[in-house]
Amino acid sequence: MNGETFLSGCIAVTLGVLCISMALTTCRLLRGPTLPDRVLALDMLTAIAIGFIAVLGIKTSSGFYVDISIALGLVGFLATVAFARFILARGRREADPDPEWEARRLAEHDQP
Amino acid sequence: MSSAWDFVAGILMIVGALFTLTAALGMLRLPDLFTRMHAASKAGTLGSCMLLLALAVSASDASISWRAAAGILFFILTVPISSHLLAKAARSAGAPVWQRPDATQDSRTDEVEVHSTRNAGSAD
Amino acid sequence: MTRYLGVALLALVWMAVTGSASIPNLLFGLALGALALSLVRGRVASRVETVRPVRAAVLAAIFVRELVLSGCRVARIVMSPRMQLNPAIFAYPLKVDRDFEITLLANLITLTPGTLSVDVSDDGKVLFVHALDARDPEQACRDIEQAFERRILEAFRR
Repeated sequence: MNGETFLSGCIAVTLGVLCISMALTTCRLLRGPTLPDRVLALDMLTAIAIGFIAVLGIKTSSGFYVDISIALGLVGFLATVAFARFILARGRREADPDPEWEARRLAEHDQP
Repeated sequence: MSSAWDFVAGILMIVGALFTLTAALGMLRLPDLFTRMHAASKAGTLGSCMLLLALAVSASDASISWRAAAGILFFILTVPISSHLLAKAARSAGAPVWQRPDATQDSRTDEVEVHSTRNAGSAD
Repeated sequence: MTRYLGVALLALVWMAVTGSASIPNLLFGLALGALALSLVRGRVASRVETVRPVRAAVLAAIFVRELVLSGCRVARIVMSPRMQLNPAIFAYPLKVDRDFEITLLANLITLTPGTLSVDVSDDGKVLFVHALDARDPEQACRDIEQAFERRILEAFRR
């Protein structure tokens, strides 16, 4: 087996695994239950996207993708910081989780 | 590029993707915001850094490798800052800290200790 | 002295990001670094007075090892069918007192096994740390002190 075929196989597997990760993180993004949870999921989604773009950079062996990764990292960092400041400023008001979801979550974790 | 580096890059990619997958699984399975933050900030960072490292290793051009290294450095510097800010914001907004429901069963004395430090923490 | 070091570091990062090591690019990076540092100069409260390169490099190496270990540990916890969690927030009394060192320590804590820095008290004396396994907070405090705080003091103090 030579390096080229090994690398292209690895790229296919990696892209698949990253897609699954993105889907799982999107589940968390939709489930919430609070705004900080969603912001964390969004942050994680950005991190996965950075890795995804890096793999695309290996696949196409083009230099542009690194710049996109770095720019995405910058934007994701600033977005998370802005969200965190928004949550800080908003305070306690809407931080309490949805009671229905909370009950379901507790039931799940008491009987795993 | 020589084929040995291709193998290194491939293995780095697979391991990085698996770390990212465990981080995403942790996002779903872990019970509260802070424990999920552990998954996102450690396994997630490691995963993305390994993928960028694979890019740096397999790149044919040295300038791409340098840029990928700068990206890794940048990522490692920013992730703890943003997660610290988010944790601080969530805590001040009153996010609950999940504790094991049966925590008193196996370690009663430690439980008291944890409670005392936790109360000291929230009383500031 | 350390300000010039900062400008040089920023210039190096600039050269890495632009991916060219030519002399004009180095000069441009130096100019940009000086501009950036002069913009934030009035707002940075504490300045690093000394850097011991070898100790700082040791700190960086330990940090990378701990990052890999913590990733493995999170993976193991998440993959186990019954997650063995005992999370809690505990207070960590800080020995370092300068903003730069507190920031560095908080960042290191966030990326190392089982701990996540949550908040710093307003007077900068106590760090609140969330731990995945907080059955023994005092042991965790000792670990942090031995692994990082001592080394930070060694690397950035005379």
